Amino acid sequence: MEPTSKAINAAKAAAPQFLLDRGTAVPVLVGRQEDFLHIAGLAGTAYDIASLTNGGAHAYTLAGAMGAACMIGLGLALACPDKRILVTTGDGELLMSLGALATIAVMNPPNLSILCVDNGHYGETGYQVSHTSLGVDLEAIASGSGIKLTRTVETEADIAEGARILRQGNATAFVLLRVKPTDPPKFKLNLDGAVCREAFRKALLQPA
Amino acid sequence: MTANSGASGTARWQDELYDELRRHDVTQFAYVPDAGHSVLISRSLADPAVHSVRLTTEEEGVAMLAGADLGGRKGVLLMQSSGVGNCINMLSLMKGARFPFLTLVSMRGDYGEGNPWQFAMGQAVEPVLKAMDVLCLRVERPEDVLPTLRAALTMVFQGGQAVAVLLTQRLIGAKKF
Repeated sequence: MEPTSKAINAAKAAAPQFLLDRGTAVPVLVGRQEDFLHIAGLAGTAYDIASLTNGGAHAYTLAGAMGAACMIGLGLALACPDKRILVTTGDGELLMSLGALATIAVMNPPNLSILCVDNGHYGETGYQVSHTSLGVDLEAIASGSGIKLTRTVETEADIAEGARILRQGNATAFVLLRVKPTDPPKFKLNLDGAVCREAFRKALLQPA
Repeated sequence: MTANSGASGTARWQDELYDELRRHDVTQFAYVPDAGHSVLISRSLADPAVHSVRLTTEEEGVAMLAGADLGGRKGVLLMQSSGVGNCINMLSLMKGARFPFLTLVSMRGDYGEGNPWQFAMGQAVEPVLKAMDVLCLRVERPEDVLPTLRAALTMVFQGGQAVAVLLTQRLIGAKKF
């Protein structure tokens, strides 16, 4: 059981609903996954994206370095202005690197989109509640950081607009996808970051 | 400023540093604003051929340079010694996935330091970086700045290593209080 208190219960009651299923919502939001170079943060989103891309070399999935995903995406977006970059990260990882939203907003690369899969929990460590279950709104933080193009996707009806924003391409985009706290798709991740680095660079820089 | 650097002397080797980084096609400059790197930062801001990225905290720059490498470009992280501590876990990327990594560190908390708050992190810079497999090259004299940077560029972008060039207070002078 989570420790409870009046404050936590009140915050939970005021928090948004987490209704969508990540296993269906993420693929629909991303659409044609091969249109993007992917960076995925550790834990749930690494499985979401590795599963969606079938472990493709155009997806670099992390299994550590928590907080890295958004800034790896910025470096890649600046390096490859002709490619579209999608960073997929969880609420826990994004909470650890909120300053990156400010850094990215100032640079505002138009070929960078960030998809935060927010299940309100730290799934990897046993589903402890995160701040976003307790009233913290990551879309408001992204917007307040200066990212102009932001949306929250909470229901089926929001998905088409979220998908459009991720591909709009005239400014850095941020989409907060609220999902139920359920496990990500199962996939055998390659945990050798050096091998994945070589594969990603080879596919991008020396295509066959 | 100390006698062996002086304002104009410092500016000269900083300009040489920038020119050398550009000769090696370094196009991403990441930094938390710092007096010790002011010339490099202002040169990068004025250069339309590079991306000059102000960070909120130094570890953002470590991750950014991994992204630059994935995209086939070179970058450098400019930071003060206090920022090294912020980078420790993010250096897992460099050690674990063997990303090349170049940082220039302007030192505090060593030669001639007058602010006691600076010593803890300043003195921990080398052991902390070495613990994360970052090689440290200390520079004490203006004439060693450029050769050390050239050595570091080779070690990083040919040798695939993580290297920190430590610009010591003997070189840059201790801040006066």
